[in-house]
Amino acid sequence: MAAKQKEKRVLLQGNEACVEGAIAAGMRFFAGYPITPSTEVAEQAAIRLPQVGGRFIQMEDEIAAMAAIIGGSAAGVKSMTATSGPGFSLKQENLGYAAFAEVPCVLINVQRSGPSTGLPTSPSQGDIMQARWGTHGDHPVIALAPATVEECYHLTIRCFNLSEKYRMPVFLMTDEIIGHLREGIVIPDPKTLKIENRKINKKIPPFAVPKGEIAPQSAPFGQGQRYNITGLVHREDGFPTNSTTIAGELCTRLMKKIEDNVDDIIEYEERHLEDAEVIVIAYGGTTRAATKAIELARAKGKKAGLFRPITIWPFPAKRIQEIAKKAKKFVVAEHNYGQLVHEIRLATKDAVPIEFLGKVDGTIIMPNEIEELI
Amino acid sequence: MNRQEMRFTGSGGQGIILASVILAEAALIAGHTAVQSQTYGPEARGGVCKAEVIICEGDIGFTKVVKPTFLLALTQSSLDRYSKGVDKDCIIIADSSLVAPKGYNIVSKPIIQTAKEKIGKAFVSNIVALGAINAHLKLVPPDVLKEAVLKYVPKGTDEINTKALEAGAAL
Repeated sequence: MAAKQKEKRVLLQGNEACVEGAIAAGMRFFAGYPITPSTEVAEQAAIRLPQVGGRFIQMEDEIAAMAAIIGGSAAGVKSMTATSGPGFSLKQENLGYAAFAEVPCVLINVQRSGPSTGLPTSPSQGDIMQARWGTHGDHPVIALAPATVEECYHLTIRCFNLSEKYRMPVFLMTDEIIGHLREGIVIPDPKTLKIENRKINKKIPPFAVPKGEIAPQSAPFGQGQRYNITGLVHREDGFPTNSTTIAGELCTRLMKKIEDNVDDIIEYEERHLEDAEVIVIAYGGTTRAATKAIELARAKGKKAGLFRPITIWPFPAKRIQEIAKKAKKFVVAEHNYGQLVHEIRLATKDAVPIEFLGKVDGTIIMPNEIEELI
Repeated sequence: MNRQEMRFTGSGGQGIILASVILAEAALIAGHTAVQSQTYGPEARGGVCKAEVIICEGDIGFTKVVKPTFLLALTQSSLDRYSKGVDKDCIIIADSSLVAPKGYNIVSKPIIQTAKEKIGKAFVSNIVALGAINAHLKLVPPDVLKEAVLKYVPKGTDEINTKALEAGAAL
């Protein structure tokens, strides 16, 4: 702690930290359409990208912004967009396209109160299930949730790394609490960061996956490999087909990218689980209230602990099952009417009683509200 | 430093949020831990505006104010709304144009008048307030606060904002 205090910290908003992380990860194209509470991501990208030789475009709407970053990434430039609630709804069709066409890209969703245009300036975690199921059809999903401004920086880098490695869109599911929070963060030396870049092999068909590899290795458009990209079921050469065999193989392969690599993708934080009888499960902006609630409860002699999924999708079901064996009770807190709690119930199959605390009024969950349930 | 849980309130457009950001920056420069956040309505101007700063040593933990130790109020509606229920030892700095509710620890200071008459620009009220707050609470060294102010105010307004800060500290 003392050493950390001495390092130089800069005051950044969560939204700004996302942009700094993205640039460190190699993002050089941002297309967006402003929407509260995500607008600062676009503003910061507009300031920062020209300074590092990148491009920023404000598009005519969210749909076009999503389409633009798919194009940017297909041309080989790490690309990102940011949005909130209504904008996330609009992006769903193109997100499905990016997942099926295996185009790496990153979307920052700064969640606000919904449904519809809801409460634009108020926090929410109401898009958790939309992140998983928002676009039609079965498709792979990776979504991460930061609990601090520093994590906005690091998890945005991780979003890019995962998107390049698995060749798919990756979501940073942040929220108004963290997006608009300013705190001091240490910006690391870029040399110390691990940055992934997509693997390229022009000698094999663009959508072929070599043995032992996770994703296709097509070259960016314009680099000498001529191929087709489509949202239709496609062969390894990228052209559409009605073959049911290929459809089955392709859709299964896309889901297996995640299923076979959950241990690589899933991250979580645990506190006081060695003796915890009551485990509070919270993520994103709710974490800070949960941590405080646990501190208050422990000061009163109650054995409380925290489980925080950092990776929301794929959901850390295996670990939830393990910790459920030792716990007397789970307390799940989310800024919604109950979303991730469904996954927890599914994973634990009533092995442990679950108390749920949800909020849909746009106010923030306070530590004492969680503590009362411990 | 004891944990400071501070609320800055007023009307949208008064620079309340900027003042809170500057104080958080100054606290950071001075080696403390600080977080800043805000709540506001969809309107950019005129609605009740609230910003929060927490300053402490070590981990900040929960990022929102639970028990305010300090309140700044620049409008009557924000003073009425946010003074309700605060502890008696919570220090409230209110603009002297406001009617102070009884029973609270309220320090009236002519913040807006000083900005308008002494500096000649109402828009520096937020910086006058910052000077007044820091002089009263002694949170950070004055030169650190000045450094933070100059980092955030638009170029070409350095002089007027420095004057505003000094005038605030003298209140």
